Parts: sequence; C-alpha cells; structure tokens
Amino acid sequence: MNIFDSALSTHAKSLTARSQRVEVLAQNIANADTPNFKARDIEFKKVFQNAAEDTMQTTHGKHMALPVDASGDGMMYRVPFNVAFDGNTVELNIEQAQYGKAAAEYQATVNFLQDNISGLRKALRGE
Amino acid sequence: MALDNIFGIGGSALNAQTVRMNAVASNLANAGTVAGSDAEAFRGKRAVFKAILDDQLNGNSNENNKGGVKVTEITDDPSPIKRMHDPGNPQADKDGYVYLSNVNEMTEMVEMMAANRSYQNNVEVINTARQLMMRTIDIIKS
Repeated sequence: MNIFDSALSTHAKSLTARSQRVEVLAQNIANADTPNFKARDIEFKKVFQNAAEDTMQTTHGKHMALPVDASGDGMMYRVPFNVAFDGNTVELNIEQAQYGKAAAEYQATVNFLQDNISGLRKALRGE
Repeated sequence: MALDNIFGIGGSALNAQTVRMNAVASNLANAGTVAGSDAEAFRGKRAVFKAILDDQLNGNSNENNKGGVKVTEITDDPSPIKRMHDPGNPQADKDGYVYLSNVNEMTEMVEMMAANRSYQNNVEVINTARQLMMRTIDIIKS
C-alpha cells in the first residue's frame, strides 16, 4: 500500500458509495408516478464496510482478497408513512430531502478528497 | 459510474412525463368533440408508467437508464360516454343524439400540474448530478 492509497483510499471508496446512493434516490424520484413501484435506499454504512473490510484484511502479500459479498449491497426498501392508492411507496418530499442531503454528503467527501490531494501536493513540493 | 446513470434515469423520467403531458394536451383539445355513436366518441387517454428493471433491458433502453421509467401503454379512460339530444347537429344519429367525449377538464388540469411538477423534479435531479460531477472533476485543480 503506497502513500497515495493510504491517504486517499477511504474517501475514494466513500465517494463511490455516495454516488451509488445518489443514483438510487434519483431512481426513486424518476419513478414517483409509477404504479406499484417500491422506493429503495442504500445503507451507506453497510456498503462502506463491505468496501473497507476488503482492503483492511489483505495487509500481507500472501493474504487472499475477500470475495465481494454480492448479497450485502446494502439495498433496502423504504418503509413509507403512507402507501399511495396505486401501491407506490415513493414519498416525493422525503426523497427530495434525502437527495439534497446525499448531494451535500457527496460534496463533503469531495472536499475531504480535495484537501488530501492538496496536502499530498504540498508534501511533494516540500514547501 | 453511478453519477453517469442519473442522466439516463432522469432523462427517461423527463421522456415519460412528456408523453403524459402530450396525452393531457390531446385530451383537452378533444374535450368538446362530439361523435355519432358511443364507439366513435373520444375517450380520454392516460399514459401507464412502469419502472425499467434489470431484466427488461432491450433495444430501446440501455444499461444507462436502468432503474428509470418508461411508458408501457396508453389506455382509454373507462368512464362512461354522455349522450346529448341535439338533432340539429350534423353528427347526430337517427334518434338525434350526439355522443360527447368523457374528458373532464378539471381532472386534466390537475394531471397537467402533476406532470409539470414531476418534470421539474427530474430536471432538478439532473442539475444536481451535473453539479456533483463538475465538483468531482475540479478535485484535480487545487
């Protein structure tokens, strides 16, 4: 594991997980008027743990990489406050709020990553 | 990349809402039409939405809009056709009746507003995804 991996890997992985969540929320909003559509969400913790465990446990050259657990993608159905007449469980206001929050979280991760990169740059320049 | 797919997903939703809005426009345009028989009378049109699932990826949808939405069919409004006695109308049948369309203007206006709002929502989703992408590209700048 080189210096770039150790400095950036956590935030790079969380950026992937965050962008997956933004996509799932976009799917919910796109299907806000689809009969019988069930809203879904991703549990960030689970996705991130799956990604993190994989790297944490291969610290030695002879360690084998863990197989990726396909079943544990962290995807879950949302429990709605009220189910619509047509069986749709998308509650638009909640999805909008979650989408805004997910976008902010994504931007926060981008900021962390940016800070890390500029830190590395400073170290490389020796300023 | 997951953010890429949002453009496909949002785009499919914009498309579906446009079809819905088109159906409303057609219904409103034909709200006042009359016909000579019950079968010929204009019936309101409704778009039926369906989520694009993994196993339904075919020619006109691709990996990019998986999880989006598509219009599967346009159905007719099942509400009954009203008939009106108007012997002077050239469309009238032999008993002097004309058959009105079953479009309710109020329902159509509500449907139009709902489609409009959904369209706006999806535009906003795409806009946000675009901003996130631009921010991510900007990482390498600082």
